[in-house]
Amino acid sequence: MSPNQKKTPNSRQRIGKRQTDLLASLSNALSVSGDEQEVREIVLREVKPICQSVKVDALGNVLATRIGSGADKVRVMIAAHMDEVGFMLTQDEGDGLYGFSIVGGIDERQLVGKPVIVGREHIPGVIGAKAIHLTTPDERKIALKVEQLRIDLGPGGAGLANVGDRAGFATRYTEIGPSFRAKALDNRLGVVNLIELLRSAPENIDLLAAFTVQEEVGLRGARTAAYHFNPQIGIAVDSTPANDLPAYDEDDENTRYNTRLDHGPAIYLMDGATIADRRLAEWLMTSAEAEGIPYQIRQPNPGGTDAGAIHKTRAGVPSISVSVPQRYCHTAAGLIRKSDWENTLRLLGAALSRLDSKILTPLEA
Amino acid sequence: MTKTQSKITRDSALLALIQKLTETPGPSGQESLIRAAVLEEIKDHADEIRTDALGNLIARVGSKQDGGMRVMISAHIDEIGLMVTHVDANGFARFIAIGGVSPLTCIGGRVLFMNGARGVIGCERLEPNAAPTLDKLFIDTGALSKADCPVSVGDVCGFERPFLDLGAHLVAKSMDDRVAAVIAIQALRALKKTPHEVYFVFSVQEEVGLRGATTAAFGVNPDIGLAVDVTRTGDTPRGIKMEVALDKGPAIKVRDSSFIADPRVVNWMAASAESARIPYQLEVLEAGGTDGRAIQLAHAGVPAGCLSIPCRYIHSPSEMVSYTDVENAVRLLVRLLSEEIRLEYSTESAF
Repeated sequence: MSPNQKKTPNSRQRIGKRQTDLLASLSNALSVSGDEQEVREIVLREVKPICQSVKVDALGNVLATRIGSGADKVRVMIAAHMDEVGFMLTQDEGDGLYGFSIVGGIDERQLVGKPVIVGREHIPGVIGAKAIHLTTPDERKIALKVEQLRIDLGPGGAGLANVGDRAGFATRYTEIGPSFRAKALDNRLGVVNLIELLRSAPENIDLLAAFTVQEEVGLRGARTAAYHFNPQIGIAVDSTPANDLPAYDEDDENTRYNTRLDHGPAIYLMDGATIADRRLAEWLMTSAEAEGIPYQIRQPNPGGTDAGAIHKTRAGVPSISVSVPQRYCHTAAGLIRKSDWENTLRLLGAALSRLDSKILTPLEA
Repeated sequence: MTKTQSKITRDSALLALIQKLTETPGPSGQESLIRAAVLEEIKDHADEIRTDALGNLIARVGSKQDGGMRVMISAHIDEIGLMVTHVDANGFARFIAIGGVSPLTCIGGRVLFMNGARGVIGCERLEPNAAPTLDKLFIDTGALSKADCPVSVGDVCGFERPFLDLGAHLVAKSMDDRVAAVIAIQALRALKKTPHEVYFVFSVQEEVGLRGATTAAFGVNPDIGLAVDVTRTGDTPRGIKMEVALDKGPAIKVRDSSFIADPRVVNWMAASAESARIPYQLEVLEAGGTDGRAIQLAHAGVPAGCLSIPCRYIHSPSEMVSYTDVENAVRLLVRLLSEEIRLEYSTESAF
């Protein structure tokens, strides 16, 4: 593809108030794996007016289809998971104290002292721990285990929550200059991006949008969604850790950053669940270069996205993932750069406009 | 033992094929070269050949006759390898494993990148008695600086080690699972008459989780399936306890840690080996998985098993198999595919 080729309209996508308002409401919603109703309602409200077909499948995935009109359309499934890591109440100990377990991957060291919200009503609470006044220096060296911690709703919260209710960090979405700080940016960013792609879907593709459930507990929703759509190509849009902090030892080069903020969308070549299809990687990189959109290769690392489920579906689906880099992923507050979000959306829009079934030319033989 | 081994008549074409396939690079996800090499060997012998969406090479021989079945034979063509994660300021490349790579077998090893670049694996200075981990290792491509480094993040390499013919035993970096690909190729060519519709699948991405066989089994939708893969042995000094040894014939898998072979399939394989007087061993592998699992769980479930090739030093650059085991595996596979398949839970245990 010639770099001089005319830029596609989609590459000019900007992040404006509509997108940030949507990200704010999605991020502030509570949608821990297995109970994604709050985000699902927002998604349904947004996509119903712009899609030919919208359904909720048996597991709770929102499956929205926007059909193109070209002669040689490619059936592209794009998945963005609606669920987030969080907690489930496991024990009601009275007086508003609840034992809980972690849903998905959260470092236990991230729990102590965090404000939380519980249930669909967002009942406010806190994961408390003994105050520094009362702890010994030795105690302070040891990270508390989740079994030792409680979610405290205060006596006013007694009886308001039930065992089985989900809980999450209480962080509210905030804009900080060129950055956004919020909880659950993994993967409300993907959800916003997929809604935006539906709005501006090019005619050369059938966009099969899957807003999936239960990704954080093992890519479960994407598996049934991909079976339903039976696509030709699969793309997971997600958010991935950026560990681009100064290395502790100044003589040491940071060799394990995964991704870096402000370096553009992260294209995957391999993670723990998927080896990306190289034809698709080539397509994304060529599109980025032709449109002058910065991008980075995510360091091949463990971890996984919905692509891990999609590519193994039925007789196989060439798949890849694209993520917005995010510092402090799976903690109370993630941090992203507006530029990375915008460039991710631009890259996906531009690449889809350029997508041609020729890139699916059968592998030799 | 040595004396009998020296009397083995060996097929030089078979040896050449083993050498060719084991020396062709093809880490998981980068199977184009090895796929092309296999295709070259089978293209004049199959009734139909296709490549699926993930890159599995699928060749059909025969069509379903009365009493015939649709049979899937899966030999994976990928091998373990490495992928670059970072190139530092001095041009050293850090990497992550593709599949089960042991740091112990890496140090001092040589690698060949899919872009043609070569390198050696070095290790940071370790604390005394510390075991190396992959994050302490790096690839030195001979680069003078980062700018000079011929590889970048995402580039893939395989281990480079020439095939070694030790007579009775053969050694190569990727016997797992190219020796099975060779066995499948030989069986495909030798299969003149079969009541079955046999799909020989040369599967991809086995080493990272049986991924190719998963989609291939869905596409083929077989009535019965066998993986052909290497298995460990218990015949080395102070090695693992295991009832499998080189030179005692191919092994019929009873179970591994990924699946339990269908007992009817085990019986069928053992009965067939006995009637053809082909030596075999029964195999229980405590750690390891094969494409058999992927086949077994496809669609509404498939009777599945595995024909195993005993192999020493699996996932090292020097994997060793027995020449006669390879020949006997070909004979057994051809025999299995030539006759009507009877699946029975025998009351008389084969073991």
